Amino acid sequence: MKCWTISALAMALLLAAQNASAHWVYISNEKDDTISVIDSETNEVIKTIEVGERPRGVTLSKDFKYLFICASDSDTVQMMDLATDKIIHDLPSGEDPEQFALHPDNKHLYIANEDDAVATVVNIESRTVVAQIDVGIEPEGMAVSYNGKWAIVTSETTNMAHWIDTSTHQVVENTLVDQRPRDAEFTRDDKQLWVSSEIGGTVSVIDTESKQVEHVITFDIKGISADRIQPVGIELTADGKYAFIALGPANHIAVVDRATLKPVKYILVGRRVWHTALTPEQDKLYTTNGVSGDVTVVDVKTMKAEKSIKVGRFPWGAAILPTDKIPG
Amino acid sequence: MKTVFKILPLALCLSAVLSTNNLHAQTLDIRIVYLEQQRVRPPVLSNLVVHPEDEGEQGAHQGITDNNTTGKFLKHNYLLETLVVPNDQDVVEAAKSVLNGSRLVVANVTAEKLLQIADLPQAKDDLIFNAGIADNVLRNDNCRQNILHTLPSRAMLTDAMMQFFSKRRWTSLYLLEGNRDVDKLYADSIRKSAKRYRISIDHQKQWIEDADMRRNAAAEIPLFTKARNYDAIVVADEDDDFGQYVLYNAWLPRPVTGTAGLQAVAWDRVVEQWGAAQLQSRFLQTADRSMTSIDYAAWAAVRSIGEAVTRTKNIKPDVIREYIFSDKFALGGFKGAKMTYRNWNGQLRQPIPLVHPRSVVALAPIEGFLHHRTELDTLGLDQPESNCRDMN
Repeated sequence: MKCWTISALAMALLLAAQNASAHWVYISNEKDDTISVIDSETNEVIKTIEVGERPRGVTLSKDFKYLFICASDSDTVQMMDLATDKIIHDLPSGEDPEQFALHPDNKHLYIANEDDAVATVVNIESRTVVAQIDVGIEPEGMAVSYNGKWAIVTSETTNMAHWIDTSTHQVVENTLVDQRPRDAEFTRDDKQLWVSSEIGGTVSVIDTESKQVEHVITFDIKGISADRIQPVGIELTADGKYAFIALGPANHIAVVDRATLKPVKYILVGRRVWHTALTPEQDKLYTTNGVSGDVTVVDVKTMKAEKSIKVGRFPWGAAILPTDKIPG
Repeated sequence: MKTVFKILPLALCLSAVLSTNNLHAQTLDIRIVYLEQQRVRPPVLSNLVVHPEDEGEQGAHQGITDNNTTGKFLKHNYLLETLVVPNDQDVVEAAKSVLNGSRLVVANVTAEKLLQIADLPQAKDDLIFNAGIADNVLRNDNCRQNILHTLPSRAMLTDAMMQFFSKRRWTSLYLLEGNRDVDKLYADSIRKSAKRYRISIDHQKQWIEDADMRRNAAAEIPLFTKARNYDAIVVADEDDDFGQYVLYNAWLPRPVTGTAGLQAVAWDRVVEQWGAAQLQSRFLQTADRSMTSIDYAAWAAVRSIGEAVTRTKNIKPDVIREYIFSDKFALGGFKGAKMTYRNWNGQLRQPIPLVHPRSVVALAPIEGFLHHRTELDTLGLDQPESNCRDMN
């Protein structure tokens, strides 16, 4: 009996501790020119911030003081101070920035310029362009390896992942993947690069050493035609067990077992799901659903969708600010 | 005007600015012929109907530019040889000078000339992409082993419309048919598609060409479209002679569709989803106008070749054709679904946007129309009904 009480108490404490860890989820609304901020404890929108035109990719600085926003139609990457919610700088990003990745040095931002067939490297301290690199048509996805050695840009019409050596800013290798590559993500050990192909309907797993495609993951959802399965956002769990793949107009998230590289579950979320973000504890996944204009919260343990939160029009990118970094 | 024959220097410039590495390595040149006979446009009532003179050609150029950005990483160099023949000269004679059994051709010529060119003995092993003619018969009884079609057939367009009508429950139509040959082809396709989707054409009328609609539309059209009831008007007037005057002037307040009002197209400037905005802006930048369906078809032809060459590293027409028909081939076309070719008649499968001048209304195949192979095959001639026996 006593034992039970203690464990119940411990449980209650644990729950309280979990509840206390309310993160802020930043969602870019492509057709509203705003960022919605969701409190992950209540899962409600707590504020909406006006930003530049057509915001898409969003990412946080490594010290969690700033949010970088690709304001595609304003042809700039905006730097927002999280303490004031004010845009403090418009970085020289090159034309039509869509996605980007921050180097682990917290200094170099690698930006894909979708309309311009180049990738731009910006030093965020001096706010100057360090390099512009010719890549394929419609560069889209961007990733920087955890060791900082590689920057990857995918090009949608050229169907390649371009390997940029970050020490020389030269493209040194190109890996051909299926039609219309979108997102790129390195595994934590940098041994693999995952690239989604929207029109090909596949995810390529590329070996970093050989830069060859090692495995191609395909998807199959009962009752949904293959044409609608269009993989976009990739999120890899830190423990190496799972990959979450947003399947666009199939309206599902695929859960891929990283050991077998096979999808093990499909989770129904909102319409045209673009991107996802995991909480620091890796217990919840937030998905942006472009057409339905909402964000779905998926519980990672049960692999179930828990709640949908209405945000602005055409939510696109997501970034999560951990609770201990929330200003004020 | 004299025949224009030129090699696009752009690709050469592009390769010149590449890293010096490429200059030493073996570069693969891929020459694509753009073959056009300038069209004779019949006179129309409105002064607003204008067709860009470089329609099709600009699409092919865009395809070359797109291919070369991939090509520069693979040391593949795409070149466009443009052969535009004025309408008073013989395009078949001109074709003889370039076809030799190893050519890749994007054609924008009349149906009659297309068949004559494809049937030339020296063209037997060439691969020709039809980017200019929507005639159903070219995908059926008059199909050819060496012709693929990137422009949708009329059947694909009219099926797309009927799927939309069916979804909206517009089941009774008024068909207004123009007097030109192409209008009959369009109207016949409408009749066939209507039957297929169980939509009835309750009223049909042939257009009478004796009024100036710019002045008289408000007086003439209501009487001309008088009937007790119909859900929509379908206009078959491919040259835009009178169709635009039917809008808002019909006897009953009903939507106007077909070649005026709501139209089924391969491409239009209002298509902006699915990454289309980037293709639109690339095209606008170089061509200084918006991309038409024929431009899109020429672009898709050049891109299909590019996709096949990228994956096979081969430029022989038979190898490219085989790859295009294999299940490995897929082309991203910015319309929300991958595009492949029908192996029974060489038609490029593609979604069909239904558009009005300011927006996309729907994208066919409309949800709910199912097919065991791919939903795209609910549009146009399906395998069981095909009379094409020449493809394999």
